[in-house]
Amino acid sequence: MPQVREANWVSSYNLGLFIMPSTFNNTVAVAMSGGVDSSTVAAMLKDESYELVGLTLQLWNQRRLAGKEGMPEQVQGRCCSIDDVYDARRVAENLGIPYYLLNEQERFEEQVVRPFVREYLAGRTPIPCSLCNNHLKFDQLLIRARQIGADRIATGHYARNEYDPERNRWILKRPADTSKDQTYFLFGLTQDQLSRTLFPLGNYTKPEVREIAREHALALASKPDSQEICFIPGGDYKKFIDAYLDEQGEPLPDSSGELVSTTGEVIGHHQGIHNFTVGQRKGLGLSSPTPLYVIQIDNASNKVTVGNESETTIQTLRARDLNWISIASLDGPMRVKAKIRHRHEPAWATIEMVGDGEVLATFDDPQRAVTPGQSAVFYDNDEVIGGGWIL
Amino acid sequence: MKRVYMDANATTPLVPEVLDAMRPYFIEHFGNASSIHQQGQHARAAVEQARESVAALVNCRPAEIVFTSGGTESDNMALFGLVGPGDHLITSSIEHHAVLHAAEKLRDRGAEVTFVPVSGEGAVDPQVVRRSIKPNTKLISIMMANNETGVIQPVSEIGRIAAEADIFFHTDAVQAAGKLTIDVQTLRCDLLSISGHKMHAPQGTGVLYVRRGTQLEPLFFGGSHERQRRAGTENLPGIVGLGKAAEIARAALTDGTIQKVAALRNRLEQGVLAQVEETGVNGGNSARVANTTNLYFDNLEGEALVIALDLKGLCTSGGSACASGAAEPSHVLSAMNLTPARARASLRFSLTKQTTEDDIDFALSIIPTAAARLRELAPVNAGTLG
Repeated sequence: MPQVREANWVSSYNLGLFIMPSTFNNTVAVAMSGGVDSSTVAAMLKDESYELVGLTLQLWNQRRLAGKEGMPEQVQGRCCSIDDVYDARRVAENLGIPYYLLNEQERFEEQVVRPFVREYLAGRTPIPCSLCNNHLKFDQLLIRARQIGADRIATGHYARNEYDPERNRWILKRPADTSKDQTYFLFGLTQDQLSRTLFPLGNYTKPEVREIAREHALALASKPDSQEICFIPGGDYKKFIDAYLDEQGEPLPDSSGELVSTTGEVIGHHQGIHNFTVGQRKGLGLSSPTPLYVIQIDNASNKVTVGNESETTIQTLRARDLNWISIASLDGPMRVKAKIRHRHEPAWATIEMVGDGEVLATFDDPQRAVTPGQSAVFYDNDEVIGGGWIL
Repeated sequence: MKRVYMDANATTPLVPEVLDAMRPYFIEHFGNASSIHQQGQHARAAVEQARESVAALVNCRPAEIVFTSGGTESDNMALFGLVGPGDHLITSSIEHHAVLHAAEKLRDRGAEVTFVPVSGEGAVDPQVVRRSIKPNTKLISIMMANNETGVIQPVSEIGRIAAEADIFFHTDAVQAAGKLTIDVQTLRCDLLSISGHKMHAPQGTGVLYVRRGTQLEPLFFGGSHERQRRAGTENLPGIVGLGKAAEIARAALTDGTIQKVAALRNRLEQGVLAQVEETGVNGGNSARVANTTNLYFDNLEGEALVIALDLKGLCTSGGSACASGAAEPSHVLSAMNLTPARARASLRFSLTKQTTEDDIDFALSIIPTAAARLRELAPVNAGTLG
């Protein structure tokens, strides 16, 4: 039976450096979502000598917007639904570990849902998963874990972390299964958070994880992967925004405006900038002999600029709210591979600090659809150097 | 690991005498109490003996006792059995959800409902109840003791007000049974709910006292069980256990047990108040049942303290448990005008009759350190990005 491979977090403990977790206790809180990944993490760690506590974050009430216009009447949420909590609880019961549900709905709404809506209304394209990781999973959950006596947490993310004594830093690395790589959403982790987190799936492929789940007789070994944004079960974010604003009694701001060509010619009108994302092709309501793409969204004038595919590419980007992982700070130009959205193949670029806490990335080759609101994450081979939010 | 149970208001363990009383009724005397044959007769005799024991606990006639599946069914039977569209129901904002949600459902179906508020000390004011009475008021339902704070409600006075106005009066006595003397004659109530498992009988057993002459529409239809008030074959072993538990509870009311529990509760309460800063008792200036204390620990999350204590071996509760198990802010503490932060920082400790001095020592040895750790690691807005 495969066990936790290359337990770096164990082997690198006793070096006596300030960041070393040598004083961490043996209790680990497993963040359990009710899915196969985090359930398998619990089963794997149970085979090791850890004391485990299962925790599930209750983040959103899936019934809250059910039945509003455009929202499903009956929701089958992929996250935080009663079914998922039930699954997580059953896994914990079968493993014989204590399990608790933490109600974090208020914090989730404040720090993930509202910013998500606000970003779209400002013409940007947000990444709620990164916000959730930064504010809930690796912040609040870790605090809760430590409060109840677990010095570390374990999650089902596909990523690797290890301590590098030479640099005296915790390093975040891409996982063995690059098709499941979630490091893009984890660039905001601090050194403290990385030192207190176990990613037991980092050395496994998804099929191997399912196999381990089956070996542990986890009933949910074949449960489908979650795909969409967890709090938008149908996946239609525009309808979610309408329904959420309606529930809040807030009017949808009028951000209708002109569709213009790259030469400034008005070629149509649109109903609101939140309906667009940079690089989008469908749903523009325009007929054209060649496909048209959204190139720019101006939230001051509500103008949406469209153009040919060749015009969607861009040579540079700026990002802010930076977090560095493998380096303490960026002190000069650095050659990196930059990833600008979850499914983007990282591209060669040179990064350097500009202005006040902003990084400028200059790509070797122009990149399609650099989208404000997404993050830019910089890699050195498998290592995450750091990242920030695209302006 | 040592485990100490201080969540009696959620449920209590069977006492051995109750289990012993029940044991013959699973295999040996398994009969259906409605059957003609002698197996049935034996079952019938056991049910009726239990009915007498329960009747003695609340000072009513045995025929006025209806066995149910628990407190929730008893409360639902009382409310849905009496209140129809157009009728007015007076209840309070601190009732158990079994009453509160039933009342909301009645309102959806066309009844008029008044939820009277409570004081900051968690008690209903009988004069507010009196002033809420309307010509169409059919029923007043006010609990005898609150499950979260233990605060005893002025039910005798409310019973008198209801009787003078010729209005039916129901009291949910789930948290009072076994802790307070219950006399339906002095309470002047028409309906009274009891749950078995809050007084060392098995889960899935309960009682509704129905004063003779009170016409209740049943919830269940089927056989003519329980004088046509509750169809369904009797839960024989459960009812036998409930009868035995009622006998034990009645004896414990006068043998000093309650005073002993109160002394332990007071020692726990005073110990926490002395050892942990920024604490206080919710409803502490009201008369309370002997086993309950609801304490606030400002500047920490009660939900996390419950978990931390559980992992150290002490069972307590925060807000009322709900289906998903996530703690919602308590409607009872909110109704007492606690700030949401303080409501979420509150824990309920509810002792059983088996709680010992050692248990209190244990609790006092872990609560201060657990609370200190939570406060030390209090969530600051430490989000790194975005």
